[in-house]
Amino acid sequence: MLHIVACIKQVPDTKIIKMNPKTNTMDRSSAPAILNPYDAHAVEEAVRLKKRYGGTVSVLTMGPPPAVKAIRKCIEIGADEGYMITDRAFAGADTLATSYALTKALEKIAKEKPIDLIICGKMTIDGDTGQVGPGIARRLDIPPLTSVKKVVEVNKQQGYAIVHRKLEDGYEVIQSALPCLFSVEKEINEVPYSPLPNMLRAARYQPVIWAVSDLEDVDRTLLGLKGSPTIVAKVWPPEKPKGGEMLEGSAQQQVERLMEILQQKQELFAGKEARA
Amino acid sequence: MNLDEYKGVWVFLEHQDGKIVPVSLELLGAGRKLADKRRVPLAGILIGEGVRQLAATAFHYGADTVYLYDDPVFRDYRTESYMRAVIACVEKHKPETILYGATSTGKDLASAVATDLETGLTADTTMLDVDEATGLLEASRPAFGGNIMATILCKKHRPQMATVRPKVMKALPIDTSRKGELIEESIPLREEDIRTKVLKIVRETQTKIRLDEADIIVAGGKGLGSKEGFQLIHRLAEAIGGTVGASRDAVEAGWIDHAHQVGQTGVTVTPKLYVAIGISGAIQHLVGMQNSGLIIAINKDPQAPIFQSCHYGIAGDAFEIVPMLIDAFQVTAGKEVQYGGKI
Ligand SMILES: Cc1cc2nc3c(=O)[nH]c(=O)nc-3n(C[C@H](O)[C@H](O)[C@H](O)COP(=O)(O)OP(=O)(O)OC[C@H]3O[C@@H](n4cnc5c(N)ncnc54)[C@H](O)[C@@H]3O)c2cc1C
Ligand SMILES: Nc1ncnc2c1ncn2[C@@H]1O[C@H](COP(=O)(O)O)[C@@H](O)[C@H]1O
Repeated sequence: MLHIVACIKQVPDTKIIKMNPKTNTMDRSSAPAILNPYDAHAVEEAVRLKKRYGGTVSVLTMGPPPAVKAIRKCIEIGADEGYMITDRAFAGADTLATSYALTKALEKIAKEKPIDLIICGKMTIDGDTGQVGPGIARRLDIPPLTSVKKVVEVNKQQGYAIVHRKLEDGYEVIQSALPCLFSVEKEINEVPYSPLPNMLRAARYQPVIWAVSDLEDVDRTLLGLKGSPTIVAKVWPPEKPKGGEMLEGSAQQQVERLMEILQQKQELFAGKEARA
Repeated sequence: MNLDEYKGVWVFLEHQDGKIVPVSLELLGAGRKLADKRRVPLAGILIGEGVRQLAATAFHYGADTVYLYDDPVFRDYRTESYMRAVIACVEKHKPETILYGATSTGKDLASAVATDLETGLTADTTMLDVDEATGLLEASRPAFGGNIMATILCKKHRPQMATVRPKVMKALPIDTSRKGELIEESIPLREEDIRTKVLKIVRETQTKIRLDEADIIVAGGKGLGSKEGFQLIHRLAEAIGGTVGASRDAVEAGWIDHAHQVGQTGVTVTPKLYVAIGISGAIQHLVGMQNSGLIIAINKDPQAPIFQSCHYGIAGDAFEIVPMLIDAFQVTAGKEVQYGGKI
C-alpha cells in the first residue's frame, strides 16, 4: 500500500488575466483561480498509481483559504485526503521559503502515515519556476526526479521506482530509491472527466487545515517574505516588436510584396554570429 | 554571511556527447560581460567522466578558469552526485554568481543546489546585468505567464544563482588562442552513496527536431483548422527550407507533436525568419519568438494581436495566401536566388 502525496497550488488563470498597466500588477479579480494545470497531472498520476498498487493519495497545498477549492478539484480527480497550510506568515514566499513550509507540513503528514512518494507538477503557471519540487526533495533528503514523463514501476517491497525522465532530445530511464519525489510533465497522462461519485464527495469535502502553530520545529525566520532570499525589484510590461506594417492589396499583390521584402532582407539569412 | 568573501562569476558547463552544449557557451559570453564589469574572473565548472579536454573549449569561449571534477561516478548526470560536486566547489572557492542553462539538467541541478546552499535562484532568466560596485545580479525574466517582466535580486545571500534560457544570450566568437587555468578538484563520493541509477539513455534521433537551433521557422496555429489544414505549414516549411513550429493550441489539438511548440511552455526560438500562420499572438506564444530576426504574420483577422508583434503582416486567409507563397518560392528557387543556401 502506497502513501502518495501530491503537492498542488491554486493559481490565477494567467491565460486570461489582465494586468494593471499603471502598476504592472495582476488584476486578480480579472482571472478566475484554478488548480494549477500541471498539478492536475500530478494528482492524476498519483491516482493511477494508487489504482495500480493500492494505497492512499493525499494532496497538500499552501495558500490562502479559498485554495480549498483547488483541493476539492483534486478530490474530484480521485485524491482521498487534502491538507492545507494557511497562515499570514507564509505570505510572500519565494521557492525556497515555499519548499520549507511544505516540507514542515509533509513531515507532519508523514508522522501520521509515512510517505512513499511525493509528486509535484512540472511548474506553476504563476510562479513558473519548477523549483519547489526539487527544493522539497532536498529538504527531506530524498532523491528529486524532475521531468518525469512515465512511471514504469513503483516497488515498495524492494524500495525502488523506475521512471522515464524527459531530456531535450529523448529520455533517460532512471531507477531511484524510495521514498523519492517526482516532478511530472504534462504528457505523463490525460486527466479524464471526473466520475460522479468523486464530484459528490468533493462538493462536501473539508480538508485538514493547519496554521504555522500546528506545525512542529518551525523556524519562523525561514517562512514567507522573511525566509525568501529573492525579491522582485521591478516589474514592467514585456517589450513587443513594434506593430507590423500591413501589406496592402490583393492576395497576389501581398504575396509579391512579401517576396520582395524577403529578397531585400537577405542579410537576415546570411551567416549569423558564430555559435558552436 | 560576509558577502565580500564571494568573488567571481561561474558558469555550469553542461555537456553531451563529448561537447559543451550551446547554452553553456552562450552563458560564458554573458558571464564574461558580468565578470568584466565587476573586474572578477570567469570560471566554468565542469563535471563528468573523461571530459578534461572540454576545458579548452571553455577557455576559447571566454573562461579564465575551469574547475574540473572528472570521475567515473560522474559519468551520467545525476542530481545527487553533481550537486555534491557543485556545493563542494562553492564552499571552497566562493563565487558571487553561478549561471546554469535553463535545460532539464541545468534546472534540476540549480534547484537542488540552491536549496542546500539556502540561496536565491531565478528561473528562466532572459536578461542579466550586474551592479558594478556590489556585484548584485539583476536577473530578469517573464513572469505570470509572460504578462510581465520582473527583475529578481538576491541581496543577502551568495552565491546568487540563475538559470538562463537557451538562445537568448550570445556566445563570444571562438578564439582558439585563448588559454586559462585548469584546476582539478575531487570529492569523496562512492557509487553506493548515490540513490539513483541511470539505466538507459534513449536519444530519439529520428523525431529529433531542434527548433531552438533553426534559422527559419514556419509556425502554424489553431487557424489552420484541422490536421489536414496544418499540412500547409509542412509544405511551406519545405519550400522555404525551414523547420515547422506550432502554437500550443495546434499541439493540443493533436495536429503536431509537442516538440514543435513555441512559447512559454514550449521552446524559445530566435530564428532569422519566423512566419506565424493562423496564430493569434497570445503573450505565451510571443515570449517564445519575439526575438526572431524577421517576423511575418498571416492571419485572417486584421485585429489579431500577432499584428502588433510582427514586422510585416498579411491580413488574409492562410488557405489562399500560403499556396501562393509556396508557388512563389518554388519559382524563386528555380531562379537560384539563395538565402544563405537555405531557400
Ligand atoms: C501557462 C500557459 C502557458 C502557455 N504556453 C504556451 C506556449 O508555450 N505556446 C503557445 O503557443 N501558447 C501557449 N499558451 C496558450 C496561449 O495562451 C494561446 O492559447 C495559444 O497560443 C493560442 O494558439 P493559436 O494562436 O494557435 O490559437 P487561437 O488563439 O485560436 O488563434 C487562431 C488564429 O488563427 C486565425 N485564423 C483562423 N482561420 C484562419 C485562416 N483560414 N487563415 C489565417 N488565419 C486564420 C484566427 O484569426 C486566430 O487569430 C499558454 C497558455 C498558458 C496559460
Ligand atoms: N504553494 C504551493 N503549495 C503546494 N504545492 C506547491 C506550491 N507551490 C508550488 N508547489 C508545487 O511545486 C511545483 C512547482 O512549482 P513552482 O516551483 O512554483 O513552479 C508545483 O507544480 C506544485 O506541485
